[in-house]
Amino acid sequence: MQSLSNRAKKLEKKPYTLAERAYLPAIFQGLSITMRHFFMKKATIRYPEETRPFSPVFRGLHVLKRDEQGRERCTACGLCAVACPAEAITMVAGERKKGEQNLYREEKYAVSYEINMLRCIFCGLCEEACPKAAIYLQADKMAPPRYERDEFIYGKDRLVEPVSPDNRSKRGIQLTPEQADKLRGQLA
Amino acid sequence: MTLETLGWQGLVILVLFGLSLLIATYCTYAERVIAAFLQDRVGPDRAGPYGLAQPLADAVKMFTKEEFFPGGANKALFIFGPCLAMVTALMSSAVIPFGNFLKFGDTVVHLQGIEINVGMLYVFGIVSLGVYGIMIGGWASNNKFSLLGAIRAASQNISYELAMGLALIAVLMMSGTLSLREITLQQSVPGEWHFWNIVKQPLGFIIFIVCAFAETNRTPFDLPECETELVGGYHTEYSSMKLGLYLFAEYINVFVASAVMSVLYFGGFNFPFQYELSQWLQSSRGLSADMAQNVISILGFAGLFLKIFAFIFFFMWVRWTLPRFRYDQLMRLGWTILIPLAIFNILLTGGLITTGIIPEVKAWWLTSATALR
Repeated sequence: MQSLSNRAKKLEKKPYTLAERAYLPAIFQGLSITMRHFFMKKATIRYPEETRPFSPVFRGLHVLKRDEQGRERCTACGLCAVACPAEAITMVAGERKKGEQNLYREEKYAVSYEINMLRCIFCGLCEEACPKAAIYLQADKMAPPRYERDEFIYGKDRLVEPVSPDNRSKRGIQLTPEQADKLRGQLA
Repeated sequence: MTLETLGWQGLVILVLFGLSLLIATYCTYAERVIAAFLQDRVGPDRAGPYGLAQPLADAVKMFTKEEFFPGGANKALFIFGPCLAMVTALMSSAVIPFGNFLKFGDTVVHLQGIEINVGMLYVFGIVSLGVYGIMIGGWASNNKFSLLGAIRAASQNISYELAMGLALIAVLMMSGTLSLREITLQQSVPGEWHFWNIVKQPLGFIIFIVCAFAETNRTPFDLPECETELVGGYHTEYSSMKLGLYLFAEYINVFVASAVMSVLYFGGFNFPFQYELSQWLQSSRGLSADMAQNVISILGFAGLFLKIFAFIFFFMWVRWTLPRFRYDQLMRLGWTILIPLAIFNILLTGGLITTGIIPEVKAWWLTSATALR
């Protein structure tokens, strides 16, 4: 049959040589290959003791940030909930009262803010939608497994960043120009 | 033989029995670790340091699994099958000379279960019985896959036993004895340590080791349990410790096959320069002749186990390298290649012996050893 592409190669079936028929040389070749693998570096990561490093662009567990003075940045505008393709975010907005200026940055704030981690697809659209730089997906934390479904609905108690600046996630901290360059280099 | 010697000999038998069980146990661990290493993994490392308690964990798992009897199975034979496989596997190590003798005063203890002058025939007889365990288990399962596996095992073992026996005949032609102890001693002519049988019988050894793979049902000849075609082969219907016994019997068979190959072709408990070492111990260290012999015997015991471990490693190395043969290829290899080759090897050996190229056995060591017995 005429080949359409003209790239077909005509192969000749050669009779086996004596070495091929004896089969033993091929066996020793195979054995040498497996023996080389015996001494190679192992690919296994012994999980609980060793962990695989996270990618710098990993999108993990959410955090609601505070500003430099420790006030919650979120103003409960609802843009994240609108942006969320999985509809995982719900919130109830409330008005800041007198004397709460040190708690909330804006006059409006989220009385409750819940993310259902079973619905969330960790796409990061909430992060992009947020005009107040309040919500981030941490690069170094994952939503851990739990026994009950309702334990996956994270409220403000688990989402809002702790007051202590030491416990802040890496994401959301202002990078120095050198750090930014390094990160860009890693991403490229 | 005094009562005291008898007691010592009984102890030796117990120790050797325990050792072969222990080695078979750790073969299961070694198999998994070696498989893992050959595939760039690390293998079991959770139970105990380096996963060394893994065989214990496996045993606990095996014992606590459900004891399942398939409908329509012959219950008595179903239980008898794995027992027979286990018993025959354990019996064959009785005649293997694991070491020379230890001498304390008048007490001479041979590091061998029993010395009989038909040792090799005994091993062959027991190995042939081994297929009954598989046959009976496969038949009693009332399952067509089990039966097919059992039939395959039977025909494969019969086919390869022929070639194995013929390869062995060439060794026997040179040694003139069936006693494994004497065959070992003949491979240690003083000053000529290299006269292990492998030097005189390279072709015979290759035939023998290929047949040993087939006899122990190891890859590339593990067609009786060929899981791609026969679900699980003869042990498809087996669960719990009955399955464990089958798998365990396979490892004991590997151990025994390794021991037999070390004894027949690799000098058994002999090791290079043992006479020089013995002389040196007596002249420079001032040991008595008996004590020097004891040291040599213990070193030889360790040396034989080193050889056995090397063979066991080779068994596993091959298993995780080669794919399984097709059944017709297996039969063709056995009947049309190995048997004619083995017969050619017999003719060759006969020719070499009559022309005197292979020297006659020097009986120097032999006479002194029989005098001690």
